[in-house]
Amino acid sequence: MTASLTHLQRLEAEAIHIMREVVAEAERPVMLYSVGKDSAVMLHLARKAFYPSPPPFPLLHVDTTWKFQAMYELRDRMARESGMDLLVYQNPEAAARGINPFDHGALHTDMWKTEGLKQALDKYGFDAAFGGARRDEEKSRAKERIFSFRTASHGWDPKNQRPELWNLYNARKHKGESIRVFPISNWTELDVWQYIQLNDIPIVPLYFADKRPTVERDGLLLMVDDDRFPLREGEVPVERSIRFRTLGCYPLTGAVESEAATLSDVIQETLLTTTSERQGRAIDKDAGGAGMEIKKQQGYF
Amino acid sequence: MDTPDAPQANYVTDALIAEDIDAYLELHQQKDMLRFITCGSVDDGKSTLIGRLLYDSKMIFEDQLDALQSDSKKVGTQGQEIDFALLVDGLAAEREQGITIDVAYRFFNTEKRKFIVADCPGHEQYTRNMVTGASTADLAVILVDARKGVLVQTRRHSYLCHLIGIRNLVLAVNKMDLIGYDQAAYDAIVADYAAFAKTIGIEGFTAMPISGFKGDNIIAPSPSTPWYSGPSLIEHLETVEVNSARDAEKPFRLPVQWVNRPNLDFRGFSGLIASGSVRAGDAVRVLPSGKTSTVSRIVTLDGDLDEAVAGQSVTLCLADEIDCSRGNVIAAADTPPEAADQFETTLVWLADDPLLVGRAYWLKLGSQMVSVTVHQPKYAVNVNTMEHIAAKTLDLNAIGVAEIVTDKPIVFEHYADSRALGGFILIDKLTNATVAAGMLHFSLRRAQNVHWQAIDITREAHAALKNQQPRVLWFTGLSGSGKSTIANAVEKRLNLMNRHTFLLDGDNVRHGLNKDLGFTEADRIENIRRVGEVAKLMADAGLIVLTAFISPFRAERDMVRAMLPEGEFVEIFVDTPLAVAEARDVKGLYKKARSGALKNFTGIDSPYEPPENPDIRVNTVEMTADEAAEHIIQQLMPLK
Repeated sequence: MTASLTHLQRLEAEAIHIMREVVAEAERPVMLYSVGKDSAVMLHLARKAFYPSPPPFPLLHVDTTWKFQAMYELRDRMARESGMDLLVYQNPEAAARGINPFDHGALHTDMWKTEGLKQALDKYGFDAAFGGARRDEEKSRAKERIFSFRTASHGWDPKNQRPELWNLYNARKHKGESIRVFPISNWTELDVWQYIQLNDIPIVPLYFADKRPTVERDGLLLMVDDDRFPLREGEVPVERSIRFRTLGCYPLTGAVESEAATLSDVIQETLLTTTSERQGRAIDKDAGGAGMEIKKQQGYF
Repeated sequence: MDTPDAPQANYVTDALIAEDIDAYLELHQQKDMLRFITCGSVDDGKSTLIGRLLYDSKMIFEDQLDALQSDSKKVGTQGQEIDFALLVDGLAAEREQGITIDVAYRFFNTEKRKFIVADCPGHEQYTRNMVTGASTADLAVILVDARKGVLVQTRRHSYLCHLIGIRNLVLAVNKMDLIGYDQAAYDAIVADYAAFAKTIGIEGFTAMPISGFKGDNIIAPSPSTPWYSGPSLIEHLETVEVNSARDAEKPFRLPVQWVNRPNLDFRGFSGLIASGSVRAGDAVRVLPSGKTSTVSRIVTLDGDLDEAVAGQSVTLCLADEIDCSRGNVIAAADTPPEAADQFETTLVWLADDPLLVGRAYWLKLGSQMVSVTVHQPKYAVNVNTMEHIAAKTLDLNAIGVAEIVTDKPIVFEHYADSRALGGFILIDKLTNATVAAGMLHFSLRRAQNVHWQAIDITREAHAALKNQQPRVLWFTGLSGSGKSTIANAVEKRLNLMNRHTFLLDGDNVRHGLNKDLGFTEADRIENIRRVGEVAKLMADAGLIVLTAFISPFRAERDMVRAMLPEGEFVEIFVDTPLAVAEARDVKGLYKKARSGALKNFTGIDSPYEPPENPDIRVNTVEMTADEAAEHIIQQLMPLK
């Protein structure tokens, strides 16, 4: 059998190779786990890479306290099943100041996620953090290295990244510096979906269509996930058949109306759809086309 | 929508997706993957071509298209028409400048394949980006503007692709619409390129007339070029052979990344198969030790495999308990690769700081990491004319041929046979930057034929007879800091204590052993290397060696430290501020340096890197030379 490998086999082998390099060369790696479908694929790849050993690093969830309930449920279940340590970090300052997506807009993402991530990495002294970002998500990501270097203050300098030749990754760094590593850089959204299907990987049920209470606000279709959702005057939650293409904080994540209840249906809808994946997120729209790039320089994943 | 006319071929099968998604997924699942790069000069239309491929393969969504249309009118270069280039030019800085400045990776599918495109910039100063993009590519598309023909940049890009070992080259003569699809002009460009290609050893290439802007010969044959009977760009990309298929035919090699040891009953060796295939029961050899065993299991989470092939990440178990760790290579027992420690290589310099001949760098090849020094290049290559030019060093974006020496043997193959075991990077030991990419051509000698002469009287025996522990007392500091004076005072005290010593002084050594060396950075490194080797031999003979050299660079002091057994190298920092040393100016050198009569003088126009953690530090402002000497002796006690 010398039929050449399929693209999914090659992408899987590449991701596993990257994870093993990091474990061999970093002192204290961690896997960032956001409970989304990309995280689900990352966790599965980690289990494959080190089997029969459990992955030799913990999972870190930088929590904003505003994720969907279904995400917290799956997170706890997957940590149990993988036998890995789950670290949950919530920025204490954001908690004390009651920062929330309804009243604080961009500050919410900045404090809970960007600052929370930096604090968590510093607290535990992690020198390498796996993330599930992909190059096809957004224009500035297309140029991101697989090993992305951050200064001791977590800054990212697009002009000062290391060239990556062949499959050789330079993981050397000074004390205090860290690397963010993106093993599924070369995957597309379709690859992720198909890999989930072929490997029967558990994902949050919110990716599948179901009747859920929703309100329409500022062009986004929001789900009323718990009673912290302040309804504006005249807003009444309406039952709609919806699903989510990406998952974040529930008040910031727009749903799409859909009847896609199975993985095949979801993939079909994804392929036939004409809006891109990140469109449901408010974050890219800040600061025009350069929004994500500026966030990255500030230390957002 | 205001788009130019183009054959609207649907090479994502929309109908199948809508009607039978499972059949579509089954089809998609069987696709393999081709990685290619596009290169061309500024304005050859690279970004437009890639934008077109994404657009035609429906990898652009409606919201992105909306943004594209509004951006096209704001900052586009195509008037009111869609500027596909804006789709792929990502970073803010380059948006402002209107040029691509880095390697960007894009993705699209056709019915037959998934593609990863590396978009590489065309500027001369960005050779490093092109080499980076080319290193993982199966194929290169070289774009030429039909109005301009083969340019200096075309030759440079072709040379670089050939150097990196890309065997599938496409010469895409772009913007045919702007020359009225003139066949004679096209033929002339192809003939011109063919003549050039031959001179640098390119064995073959595929030429095609296209227009990225209009879509001619991108997906389907264009009615505008009836005289062209070859494949469209997409047809060609869909059918050309990928590298990994070739790798599977070669002998088996698995560079070991990680030893998997969950408990005492399991020991597996994890890695990505670089070439060949392996089955349970195969005889294998572990390099560089040469020990043999057989493969007992190929372990994965989804169950054991009967066979695994090049490109797969696996974990192998061996039947015998033999030593094997990260950096080793598991290979077919009957056709193992060699190990060696001296090579001829081609280096592409990627860093702003030039190559320092003699300086120790890290070399990473596969999962092996060793210390390496680079000899003076035999020549550098002018990438515009391919001429060989004499070179003492290599600067950013320079390409040269040079010998390298590693501190221990590495398992390797010729780059032409294996990118995985023949391609390497060099890493600066201080900044940790990736400073060079290299390709091994051949070993200069077989490491296994070089033996150390076994000696009966060991260094311990030499030292025991002298009743002392050998040391190298390495004095470092600015010119005029008092190194020689203090070293001399320390040696006198040791002599009175019946210790066997020898003082190597900077000025004195330069009258003899190192009289051929000057004061350039490279010569200073060689100066210290030789002194380090001499000091080591003397320490082997049991002596306490004192050296008094400015030795301005941390890397060389660390290099000498690494030559000696743990604890024998004692770094003594003679800490005198520049102003104080200059005021003393015992030899009148600072005055000369300040006037410009003396070049490369440490502290004036050449840097001094003070020790970060010296073993002993003496402050000559607060202490006299005798007090400093006494302090050093106290720190050294006991001497045995």
